[in-house]
Parts: sequence; structure tokens; C-alpha cells
Amino acid sequence: MNVIYILWLRQLKRYIRSRARVVASLAQPVLYLLAMGYGLGPIFLKAGMGSYRDFITPGLVAMTLLFTAVFSGIELIMDRQFGFLKETLVAPVPRLWIILGRILGGATIAFFQGLIFLCVSLIAGYRWDNLAALPVAFLFMVLIGIVFSALGSAIGSALSDAQGFQFVIGFLIMPLFFLSGAMFPLDNLPAALAFVTRLDPLSYGVDGLRHALNGGAAHFGLAADLLVLSAVAALLLAASSWLFSRIQA
Amino acid sequence: MIRAQHLTKLFGTFAAVNDISFEIQRGEIVAFLGPNGAGKTTTIKMLTTLLKPTSGSIQVDGLNPATQPNEVRKRFGIVFQDPSLDDELTAQENMEMHGALYKVPRQIRAGRIEKLLTLFELWERRREPVKRFSGGMRRRLEIARGLLHTPPLLFLDEPTLGLDPQTRNQLWLQLKKLNEEEHVTIFLTTHYMEEAERVAHRVVIIDGGRIIAQETPQELKQQTGSQTLEQAFLVLTGSTIREEEANPTDRMRRMAKMWRR
Repeated sequence: MNVIYILWLRQLKRYIRSRARVVASLAQPVLYLLAMGYGLGPIFLKAGMGSYRDFITPGLVAMTLLFTAVFSGIELIMDRQFGFLKETLVAPVPRLWIILGRILGGATIAFFQGLIFLCVSLIAGYRWDNLAALPVAFLFMVLIGIVFSALGSAIGSALSDAQGFQFVIGFLIMPLFFLSGAMFPLDNLPAALAFVTRLDPLSYGVDGLRHALNGGAAHFGLAADLLVLSAVAALLLAASSWLFSRIQA
Repeated sequence: MIRAQHLTKLFGTFAAVNDISFEIQRGEIVAFLGPNGAGKTTTIKMLTTLLKPTSGSIQVDGLNPATQPNEVRKRFGIVFQDPSLDDELTAQENMEMHGALYKVPRQIRAGRIEKLLTLFELWERRREPVKRFSGGMRRRLEIARGLLHTPPLLFLDEPTLGLDPQTRNQLWLQLKKLNEEEHVTIFLTTHYMEEAERVAHRVVIIDGGRIIAQETPQELKQQTGSQTLEQAFLVLTGSTIREEEANPTDRMRRMAKMWRR
């Protein structure tokens, strides 16, 4: 247990010390919030859908979580390149603990980053519907953090150098984000798109978060959201620890 | 302490280590020498559970690294050829992390960290992040860290690379002392032959993935009629310069070349 804690702590220390990263990873969601939120706002309002800024804020919280979590997982490649990974690979502890510490560390960082973004959105005028639902929102934030931190770690364990990085961003992270319903309502979509959004685990996270923060009915239903996210989290935890256990230096 | 029998490691069709056998007794200091790309690091990786051998068997303290990795890992400390510190953390934090990974009891951890950091003259700067350290300081910290859990077996893969003569001298004095007083078995690689001559009880020379000699430095010099171990080494391994395979890309190019033939 101590090993999980010490690796979790390491991720947190590295996060707190790199303030540049904290600010940089907020830039993108804030830009989306301001440019899209206010740019598309009038059209959304005319369509009778209410405030677009409020609609996308939970989606952008999810975006912040997604990016932060995947990157902290992929940091494993950096650790491999700069060598620290070896120190943990020869340590006389089960690799499962090491990868769990890393994943939980990444999820925690993502959670904080999501929280910071939520505060920024309050400055931009966003207000949540129901304060009592905040713990539910936090639960979803934690789950999203774990899912994508585990996904990043799985990728980081499978790739041996940073060349696949661009590929991962272009072909994985952006589609995960755009197909999640973060930027558009999931109702009345063309059948093909509706199908794809159902395959994206982030859709369930965005759905749950939006329900918790903004009120209104959840598209998939709260129980389904929780269930799918937890199942995907378990699956990815298993996959990443298996891939990590196979790493040879 | 270590027994390797018919150890082989293939990367594709390239045999990095080709059917080598050797034994290292408890309390021995053995220098594992060879030109670049001879198979030294690959051998160390197999002995330290980081690589699985293609064939052959290894015993470390009677245990098999492939099937009992965690038991084996408890028994050795290692200083890698390339850096393995966390640059963002301080020297102290790197030590603490190692202590936690190796379950060094909290009560004795602090004292031992102080002793080792003082010994390697890093105590004053323990609160600075490693990224501000010079190459020599990093090296010293790696060695201090490797000793923290008092392993009975120590692997040192070119530990003195990039160190000034003073630090090298200090390091070997410390390691000698550790070997004499606490009977720590030491398995080291180095390109500095005079270092091997000075500290090693026995020398194992590997070239092209095969062991070509294992004797005491004295015997080797006698057999080859050389004045120094360096001369003996050159007699045994020839004096052409070896190309090292720098990275996986190079290895892939090499593989591609073989396929085209």
C-alpha cells in the first residue's frame, strides 16, 4: 500500500511543481468556453436550447479531465526515456502496485485540474443548477480521471518511444472528445453518429456530469452512466496493469 | 551468488548474448569487461530481472529471476549505465522514494539517507531538485541510492562514467570498504581498465556476445604477456573500434538490412 501511496505522491509533487503545465492545460478548454460558448451561444439560444456556455461547461470539465489524465498516463514514456521507469521496474514490489499508484496519481491530478477549470467557468458566468448534486459531479470527475489515466498508462506501457505521441492525440484523444457529446446534444443525431457516441466512454462521463451540474434528464440515464464508466475503468485498469507487467527494459 | 549457464539472448536473429556461462562467488568483486556492444548491459539486464533470456538459466542467490523476480530484486542494488533519477524531485525525495520502494524501515531510513548523502557529498544540496545537479552529482546520487537498502549484491553498470578522478577514487575506496567489511558482492562493468585492475578479484571478458576469458587480472596479464590489464584486454579483443547500436531504430535498420539480403 505504501508503494501505491509513494508513487501517487510523486505524481502530485511533479504536478504542483510544474505550474506552467497547470496553466497550459487550462488554455484549451478556456478558449473553447469563451470562443464557442459565446460564439455559438446566440444560435443555440435561438434554437430554444438555452445557454450554450452552460451546456458545454460540463463537457469542457470532461475535456480537461480527459487531456490531463491521458497525458499523465503517457508520461510513462517520458519516464522510460529519461530513465526513472527502470528504478521502479527493478524494485521488489508487485508491478500492479506501481501502475495503480501512477493511475491514481494521474486521476487525482486530472480531478484537481477539472476543479480549477470549474472555478474558471464560474468567473466566466457559469452557475450550476443544484449544489446538492455536486458530490455526484465529483464522483463522475473521479471516474473519468481513472478511466483515462488508465488508458494513457496502457498506451504508455505499450509504446516504447514518444514517436507515437502525435498519433495518439490525433487519432484517439480528439475523437474521444468530439464524439462524446461534450459540444452538442446527443438527442436526434444521425444514426451513425449516435452509434459512435455510444462507443465513446467519455459520452457517459459527459452525460453524467451534465446531469449532475446542469440538472435535466441524463441521456443514457444516471445508472447506465455510472455502470458503463465503472466497467470501462475496471477493464482499462486490468489492461494497463497487464501491459505494464510485460514491460522489459 | 550468481550462476549463469548457457545464457543466450536474441534480438530477432541477432545474438546479443550467445551461450555464456559464469559463476560469481559471494564476497567477490568481478569486473565484466568488453568493447561497446559486446553484450554487457544485456547480461546485466537479464541478471536483474529486466529482460528474459531467450534460453539458458540464471540463479541469483539460488533464485531464478524469471520466475521469482521480486525475491531476486530484494537482494540486489543496481546503478544503471544511464540515468534513472527523477529530475523533478529533490535528492532527498529520490532517496526517500527508493527507501519506500525497498521497504527500508522508517526509523533507520532517515539516518541512512543522511549517512549516504554525506558520504557522497550531497547532503548540503539534498533539498535541490535533481535537474539542477551536474552529471557527477547525479552519478553520485545514483550510487548512494543503490546502497540505501544495503543489498548483499551490487550491480554497477559503468558507474564511474563522467566522474572526475577524485570522485572515482573516492567511490572505489568506498566500494572496496563495503566489500571487505560487509562482504557485498560486486558485479561491475567499466571501460577504465586500470579501475578493474585495481578493485576486481576477477575479470570476465565478453566480446561479440561470448565470454572469451575469465581469470584474475594477474593471470590475464601473464597469459597475454602484457604489462597492464588494458594491454591484455586489447590483445584479447583486438583493437578495431566497435559500432554500438545506439537505439531501437538502429536495430530496426539492421534488421531491415538483413531482410533485404
